[in-house]
Amino acid sequence: MTSTTLTAGDISAARRGSPAGRILLILGAYLAFALFLLLPLLVVLSEALKLGLGTFFSALLEPDAISALKLTLLAVGISVPLNLVFGVAAAWCVSKYEFRGKSILVTLIDLPFSVSPVIAGLIYVLLFGAQGFFGDVLEKYDIQIIFALPGIVLATIFVTVPFVARELIPLMQEQGSQEEEAARLLGASGWQMFWHVTLPNIKWGLIYGVVLCTARAMGEFGAVSVVSGHIRGYTNTLPLHVEILYNEYNHVAAFSVASLLLGLALIILLLKQWSESRINRLRHTAEEE
Amino acid sequence: MSRRTSPVIPGFGLTLGYTLVYLSLLVLIPLGAMFVHAAQLTWAEFWTIISAPRVVAALKLSFGTAFVAALINGLIGTLLAWALVRYSFPGRKVIDAMIDLPFALPTAVAGIALTALYAPNGMVGQIAAWLGFKIAYTPLGITLALTFVTLPFVVRTIQPVLADIPREVEEAAACLGARPFQVFRHVLLPALLPAWLTGFALAFARGVGEYGSVIFIAGNMPMKTEILPLLIMVKLDQYDYHGATAIGVLMLVVSFILLLLINLLQRRIQTP
Repeated sequence: MTSTTLTAGDISAARRGSPAGRILLILGAYLAFALFLLLPLLVVLSEALKLGLGTFFSALLEPDAISALKLTLLAVGISVPLNLVFGVAAAWCVSKYEFRGKSILVTLIDLPFSVSPVIAGLIYVLLFGAQGFFGDVLEKYDIQIIFALPGIVLATIFVTVPFVARELIPLMQEQGSQEEEAARLLGASGWQMFWHVTLPNIKWGLIYGVVLCTARAMGEFGAVSVVSGHIRGYTNTLPLHVEILYNEYNHVAAFSVASLLLGLALIILLLKQWSESRINRLRHTAEEE
Repeated sequence: MSRRTSPVIPGFGLTLGYTLVYLSLLVLIPLGAMFVHAAQLTWAEFWTIISAPRVVAALKLSFGTAFVAALINGLIGTLLAWALVRYSFPGRKVIDAMIDLPFALPTAVAGIALTALYAPNGMVGQIAAWLGFKIAYTPLGITLALTFVTLPFVVRTIQPVLADIPREVEEAAACLGARPFQVFRHVLLPALLPAWLTGFALAFARGVGEYGSVIFIAGNMPMKTEILPLLIMVKLDQYDYHGATAIGVLMLVVSFILLLLINLLQRRIQTP
């Protein structure tokens, strides 16, 4: 291609890349999608339904599976709201004010993402286990944290601390504080400003963060595995129940419970997509204004 | 600490205080406790634990497989991000939404699904066995599981950057006679590299610590397919708290040094 004979066609060809390359890349994307994402998904369903719907449902309705589901929902129900409040508070102080050490604070908020979940479990065993720092005190007052619900909740909180804060910080930084300042100058109290100005603005980002947080809290395996003790019917969450069934060579039941978790994961993806599109729509209308 | 902007917006003390207390109680003090616990060991004891052949083998395996998985994702992730941002094709939206499946899917579910696929009697495993090699219960299987769980990182960090590069820049380069590869090398690569490195680092850090998806496909043979997080688990099951703590500290320190190096590399690239 020489610069003297450049046509509109050449420019649009440069824009799109060569057709062969484009087709190759698209085929590659299809292949990667099928191999890495679609195949594992289909395998869960086919293994679960191998012996028919009857065995599938009986694996889900078994008392141990039900109690595992309840425990998972309870752990999610406690840890997600706590991390939600934390996320809003953290995003508020990071995005509305300038102070020394802010970048360190942001790094610390993200810290749990680079700590292995097994270490997340280990640290609570070291603190609250029978031989841990507070082991004697807890034993004296007969408080059980490790191998009980509090340990499972603590481990779940640790691995999901950053999710909400992480979604809100960039969103709130982008939005700035003019609207809040205006509300204050017009006489709104701090809470009024938060409920009527900030919250509607960050609503979708908040939902997005909560969705991601819920997904991880529901599926957390490593951290919970360390602190749970695997007591069937008592401290078994759904992912741990899948492991126990699998290790007992009860593959069909394991995949049946797994497909329940897969279903929840797909719902989470839908919710995520929905809140994301709402955020993008808000951004577009903000740009047009 | 002093606040410098938005004096009319209340809540600085409350939110910062709450953030610090929450983080300290749930993250920093517990993590610190691990280092305090490790400090009960002498250097010689610490060294004996971490230089045991089984620990060294697990260390090499964990960091090695996480590195290769992050590299594979660097390639596949870039390809996927490119196709999703630049081209429109049937199913693009579905693929885009499904990229996050590994984040939404509990890791144990991913673990048993991948094992069912890649075990010698599984769908893909059979083909591999016919070709004369094994995937599950080898480091290859571990790498594969890590590639799956960290797939979204590179795609999601590169996508927005790629979407923001003005097409005119590439057109200008092409009009000035640059070949497609030259456009890639001199125009796209410098713009994408920092985001690529971020995605790589995130995938790598997650891969080193990953547990749930790996233990099913790994086979967990000491010295061969035993990852570091599993070794911590094994020590804990034997009530060897010192051993577990020493390995935990080792893992954290090595991860942070590597992440710091990647961070420095990134800064050098961004400020030429």
